[in-house]
Amino acid sequence: MSTKTSELTRERTRSAWIFLAPTLLVLALVAGWPLGRTIFFSFTDASLEAIGDSTYNMVGFQNYFGEYGVFNLNAVEGFWSTDWGMAIRNTFKFSFFSVVTETLLGVIFALVLNANFKGRSFIRAAVLVPWAIPTIVSAKMWAWIMNDQFGVMNALLRSAGIIDHNIAWTADPHFALWSVVLVDVWKTTPFMALLILAALQMLPTDCYEAAHVDGIHPVRVFFKVTVPLIWPALMVAVIFRLLDALRVFDIIYVMTSNSVDTISMSGFVRREIVDNNYVGYGSAASTVLFLIIGACTVLYLKLAKVDMSK
Amino acid sequence: MTVMTKTAAAVLISFGALGAVGAQAAGVTVTISCGSVGQDFEFCKKAGDEWSAKTGNTVKHLSIPQSSSDILGLFRQMFAAKATELDVLSVDVVWPGLLKEHLLDLTSYAKGAEKEHFPAIVANNTVGGKLLAMPWFTDAGVLYYRKDLLAKYNEKAPTTWAELTATATKVMDGERKAGMADMQGFVFQAKAYEGLTCDGVEWVSSFGGGNIVDSTGKITINNPQAAKALDTAASWIGTIAPTGVLNYGEEEARGVFQKGNAVFMRNWPYAWSLSQGADSPVKGKVGVVALPKGDGGKTAATLGGWQLAVSKYSAHPKESADLVMYLTSAAVQKDRAIRGSYNPTIAALYKDKEVLSANPFFGDLYETFVGAVPRPATVTGAKYNEVSAAFWNATHEVLSKKATGAESVKKLEGKLNGIRRGPKWN
Repeated sequence: MSTKTSELTRERTRSAWIFLAPTLLVLALVAGWPLGRTIFFSFTDASLEAIGDSTYNMVGFQNYFGEYGVFNLNAVEGFWSTDWGMAIRNTFKFSFFSVVTETLLGVIFALVLNANFKGRSFIRAAVLVPWAIPTIVSAKMWAWIMNDQFGVMNALLRSAGIIDHNIAWTADPHFALWSVVLVDVWKTTPFMALLILAALQMLPTDCYEAAHVDGIHPVRVFFKVTVPLIWPALMVAVIFRLLDALRVFDIIYVMTSNSVDTISMSGFVRREIVDNNYVGYGSAASTVLFLIIGACTVLYLKLAKVDMSK
Repeated sequence: MTVMTKTAAAVLISFGALGAVGAQAAGVTVTISCGSVGQDFEFCKKAGDEWSAKTGNTVKHLSIPQSSSDILGLFRQMFAAKATELDVLSVDVVWPGLLKEHLLDLTSYAKGAEKEHFPAIVANNTVGGKLLAMPWFTDAGVLYYRKDLLAKYNEKAPTTWAELTATATKVMDGERKAGMADMQGFVFQAKAYEGLTCDGVEWVSSFGGGNIVDSTGKITINNPQAAKALDTAASWIGTIAPTGVLNYGEEEARGVFQKGNAVFMRNWPYAWSLSQGADSPVKGKVGVVALPKGDGGKTAATLGGWQLAVSKYSAHPKESADLVMYLTSAAVQKDRAIRGSYNPTIAALYKDKEVLSANPFFGDLYETFVGAVPRPATVTGAKYNEVSAAFWNATHEVLSKKATGAESVKKLEGKLNGIRRGPKWN
């Protein structure tokens, strides 16, 4: 390469950085600064008051390990029975089941919406309604629907003869977390369906025509042609939802009794910082949550890539 | 009206600049957060408007959550930011110790008016010699029952938990057979929040199981009577109480009872006037007695109640304190007692004929209200909320049948030791 092109490249790189600078600065301010502060506070014994007056002490890793840390591995009842252990288990259970269900339902919805039928545009708009309702509103709405005494859900199931007594969907620990998963699936399936539908509409038609001419069974076409082609888009949709699900807070906080049976990691962080005034300890939990989400993302991208190379 | 007030205020302020205003600088806007349970808001709005009309100031209302745990979280965040948006705030009886850094000393504004109120509550609100809040209304848990249903089944109001269980079962089964499929025996507050701590303290105390942490700071919850109390409460869930109580606060329980679908309800006195309202299906059918006793114990009611305080960060401390003194005065407390069945904190009002005729049980239960059991807030100080959360979670675990009472109180003891972090609470 001649020096002229490399100069041009350098020039281009420089202007790219200049144009990127404001974005990077804003990102550093709105994302980097709070994150840095949280990590910093996780090494202190700060309370809400102490932040304002700057009267806190550095305590090293005390908020992370040992008797007063989030990873109290010597807890009498065992780590997985501590509140933080429960929060991790609840969050992963919730994330796994809701994302898997949403993805499967999303694919089915997308395939239906991709077909040509009368009133398709109306249906497409209609399925978006649950996604358009703010989570806090839909959570409260479902809390009423699932109320044990006057909820419409019990009334319907009872009149259909499926249950013989009212079930306390959001209060009974056997049902509470699953009720939350159900509402999350209701709310987020349209989002998944839409992302997958977008991918379906980009598919080239020629291989379908070829498959049709060759007389290949539609199910085989779906798994051999459609799935590999929409795989990257599907993976992106799943990771979006997974990251969202891992930091779940509002839906659980509004719908359930908020005992340790259903508390999520974000709920735990809120409880420690706001209710119990342990900003340091809560920040440590928050940092761990951040690391867990980061690790999940990396792991997921690795796994997804391995699958894609097949 | 508002325009006129504003104009008047503008005129007065300009006079103020010339030094022509007296003690009451008119035209100031004071923001207050009252409660949101039951009729709290309407009463607070009315009394606030009266004060506005009297002083020419404006009262702005800040809406707050229903659950006291959520309200505390909100206030803590506002205080941490030294927010000036809030001037007057309602303070739960267990909070003065928690919020002491942020509340104004009202001693010089009260001018001795606090001496009319119950001394125990004034003492509760006085931290380090400073009067941080004025008593607004007091509270104690009481048992509501359906007079008509008990009469129909020839039963009388229970005095022990065993009697309550038996009566509730009998009436509930009978009513369900008669076609009232939704009839429940007993509703109370069992959601995992501060209200469950109140209910739990009553159960444990009525069985002679102490009060979680004793007055010297010793953790006493791990004892057989406490375990028995929690096991007894757990036996109600799914039998006389709907499983849904595990997610009920005060208003959810009242919803079921006031609709006519429960025989008994544990709640605060505020539910009385609402149950007697013109639109209430149970109007005239409700009785109120002291909560039942456990085996080998005596009746116990948890002390509740709210105070009014002024934020240290308020821009108008003088006007705010004046509003607090007005709202906690005998006249306003009397009005609230008659129309809202809020228990006054002024002893003299319990002998007032109008108050007693509106709330017949105030006189009978006077001892319950005065001798109510406080939650262990003073001894645990800044860590009270965490202690309470550990207790309500342990109780919730027993009620939802995930642990027995004995297992749960043992685990709770370990947890409370961890929260205390050493030999002393503070």
